[in-house]
Amino acid sequence: MTAIAELPPAVPPAAPNVNWRQIGRPLERTDSMGKAVGATRYAGDYTMANMLHVKVLRSTMASATLRRLDASKARALPGVACVLTAAELPDRLAPTDIPGQTGQERQKTDQQILVRERVRYFGEPLALIAAETRDIAEQAMALIEVELAPLAGVYDPVEALKPGAPIVQGENNVVAAQKIRKGDVAKGFAEADLVVENTFRTQFIEHAFLEPEVGLAWVDENGVINIRVSTQVIEHFRYVADSLGVPHNRVRIIGAMVGGGFGGKEDVTVEIYLALLARATGRPVRLEYTREDSLVGHGKRHPFVMTYRTGVTKDGRITAIEAKFIADAGAYVFLSPYVLLYAAVAAPGPYRVDNLFVDGQAVATNNMYTSAFRGFGGAQACIAYEQQMDEVAKALGMDRLEFRRRNYLRTGDKISTDVPIRSAVWTDRCVEQAWAALGEPTKASDPVRIGRGIAAYQQSYGRITWLHDTSEGWVGVEVDGTVIVRSGVTDIGAGQTSALAQIVAEVLGVTLADVAVYNSDSAVTPLAGTTTATRALYMTGNAIKLAAEAVRGRLVERAARQFSVAPDQVDMAASRVFVADHPETAMTFADLVKLCAAEGIHRSELAMFRAPFTDRLDPETGLGQVHPDYVYGAHAIEVAVDTETGEITVLKSIGAHDVGQAINPAAVEGQIEGGAAQGQGYALSEEMIYHEGRLMTPSFSEYLIPTAMDMPPVRSIILESRSGLGPFGAKGIGEPALTPVAPAIANAVADAIGVRIADLPITPEKVVNALRQLASRPLLSAES
Amino acid sequence: MSREKTIVLEVNGRRHRAAFPPHRTLLEALRELGHVDVKCGCEKGDCGACAVLLDGEAVDSCLTLAWTAEGRAITTIAGLGGATSPHPLQEAFARLGAAQCGYCTPGLIIASESLLRKTNNPDDDAIRLALSGNLCRCTGYTKVFEAVREVARGRAVGGTQ
Repeated sequence: MTAIAELPPAVPPAAPNVNWRQIGRPLERTDSMGKAVGATRYAGDYTMANMLHVKVLRSTMASATLRRLDASKARALPGVACVLTAAELPDRLAPTDIPGQTGQERQKTDQQILVRERVRYFGEPLALIAAETRDIAEQAMALIEVELAPLAGVYDPVEALKPGAPIVQGENNVVAAQKIRKGDVAKGFAEADLVVENTFRTQFIEHAFLEPEVGLAWVDENGVINIRVSTQVIEHFRYVADSLGVPHNRVRIIGAMVGGGFGGKEDVTVEIYLALLARATGRPVRLEYTREDSLVGHGKRHPFVMTYRTGVTKDGRITAIEAKFIADAGAYVFLSPYVLLYAAVAAPGPYRVDNLFVDGQAVATNNMYTSAFRGFGGAQACIAYEQQMDEVAKALGMDRLEFRRRNYLRTGDKISTDVPIRSAVWTDRCVEQAWAALGEPTKASDPVRIGRGIAAYQQSYGRITWLHDTSEGWVGVEVDGTVIVRSGVTDIGAGQTSALAQIVAEVLGVTLADVAVYNSDSAVTPLAGTTTATRALYMTGNAIKLAAEAVRGRLVERAARQFSVAPDQVDMAASRVFVADHPETAMTFADLVKLCAAEGIHRSELAMFRAPFTDRLDPETGLGQVHPDYVYGAHAIEVAVDTETGEITVLKSIGAHDVGQAINPAAVEGQIEGGAAQGQGYALSEEMIYHEGRLMTPSFSEYLIPTAMDMPPVRSIILESRSGLGPFGAKGIGEPALTPVAPAIANAVADAIGVRIADLPITPEKVVNALRQLASRPLLSAES
Repeated sequence: MSREKTIVLEVNGRRHRAAFPPHRTLLEALRELGHVDVKCGCEKGDCGACAVLLDGEAVDSCLTLAWTAEGRAITTIAGLGGATSPHPLQEAFARLGAAQCGYCTPGLIIASESLLRKTNNPDDDAIRLALSGNLCRCTGYTKVFEAVREVARGRAVGGTQ
């Protein structure tokens, strides 16, 4: 059995009478006005004198041998400074594993930086061009002579598992396997009165952040390669250094406000290309992906094939679940093993399942590689388990909510991997409140039918515990009483830096305007880890809170001496320091800071927060601790389906989530609203279509994300158990906001039309075909 | 480049003289001239991130050739207001949390302003339609819609525009 890290005991729900002054208020985020007036600078807004412009030449085939690549004409073009091909690169690879901070052993999954011999996916980079202008770089691209010889490829993960299938890389196409063996499924199925089996499929989808990948790199006077880039992870400086063969302290990554991430800027994007060219040319180099580059060039969400067998008793108790997952990993491994793990852990959903069998495989194909995307495998699993819950309820003849109620996981129960959940599990409240908020059903008449759906979920926050996650942060007080925060955290638009300011303002009793946050510079700001895995608030928020509390402690101690009271009688609020019972005994925060400065009292602190550290899972059973904790909640949907055209309109969209504690409720609503939109696209309109590996949807004309015309007003219900491991009892909301949306929509559509479309996206064409098939089966249509 | 032509672009009331080739888009030209508040999202007219007002009407600057903008008033997001004196739409977007990553925000506010200059007190469908050319991946449009509606109602009541 693996070691379980010490966790705090189960926390009782919602401590009453909390008297916070900044936390929990819907303040205007510190980054809002800059964005509204166009003053915020993104990575692509920086240029340098003498800068070169970069283009990436990509493969036009998905599986091929590179016979010949001749860049001599491109190099001879006036204005071309440098063309790099695999021949010019040192014999090094690009690490593709999850970034780490604590020297944990990594997977050996490195990728070639540029194609040397074998092309494994459509768009794999062949050459890098740096030129005086973008126009010249584009002309040079066309002058590079490329001869590709097609090779048999494999484009379906199920096909890729068959004997004789083309092998993408290595010995076979299984790039990762994950199992869970909990309890006794044979016994569980024997106890069942009914066993329901269904297979659900999800598609490739795209992050579609509005800001395409972009960066600017230069080598400074000390030989340090500086890269300013749009990224969720400035700590890729280590991987960039490894791929160039330079020490880690010779690569510096500087972020900027990120124009959307969603997991799509979690892996390395343009950094290694820029570093290579900056070093090769000795000049600043800038690379901005076009939208097509972006759609072709970064990893997608894994398509999953998910087969569920669920055993239930007549009274609606789940006795066993067997889940089998096949995920399309595409041509390179990237984060597939972890995505598969998340799916396996999520397999039973927020339900107590004592007998669980999960077998998952991530399978290589010559499709685009797949990697992180908001929800990270947990979202795909939710699409299956919540549709399955509805199907089982239907088979039992039981109300969908009642069937769920009889199986909810509760605090103290053991989750899929046989460890108890310690925090509050408010699935029941979230489901009931979201469902109730749908209100009166919308009226409709033929050919339009109305349907409703619910989906609940369990989604982790914080990284996998055997990655040994840490976060550092610094808080200091200036002599005029203003406050500075330094954190490596990247801000990808969810208010990551604003939340830090709010936490520090709470602890030090100042206002949001008194706090300045400097972030996202791997050489200067304390390393905070990644903005991924719903961990930024949990990890960085805790680190900054620890630092602020240390500073507060010293300030309060000095004030106590001044007031001749015990330190626990000193309070700080509204930029004043006072005796709690005698508020007239007071001084300004700025005067106290001046006093401390004059006496040499330390006015800053560098703190580290450490997540629980565990060993890896038991490889035989897949049991043990995987994540620090989990978020629970639900999404409710009402749709109208036109049974003649197949058109689906989402009428009501309501998310109810126990976020532990909302630091800024307006920002939490923003996440829920955005998750509702992204989940709606996942359910209804979005699909990256590959034909033999070649992308058929290379623009937003083909890849359809929801517009203002498609979205209903989203309603958010925020519940606060204050039971989380984050600051002030916070859990997280970034990924959870998305996870239940698509299955809730799928369940609503099935409710409306009486037949389930088990393959996302649910397009009008699929609706019409499903209804046509239903009509051709007279016995069934009589029932529906 | 011999085919370049020197043109004058009037951006936010300021005149720039610069030479551009005929295929240079207004988006590229504006950013070259330092107006990096205009964002590049797709260069195909699909996303609306690059919207500017051209003689008061929202256009995708990526679909507008720089030469054709000569002699016309170009207004970017920074031309509507700044942090110390924000335009009512900018103030409402900031206060109501309608900007998250903020990359689509300049285009959304430009599209909203274009609507409000044409339509007094637009109804909800008109607002949705006006915003439908501007993709946003973060907000779900809920708070964007609230911000635009609030400003539209305010203008209708106040009788301005």
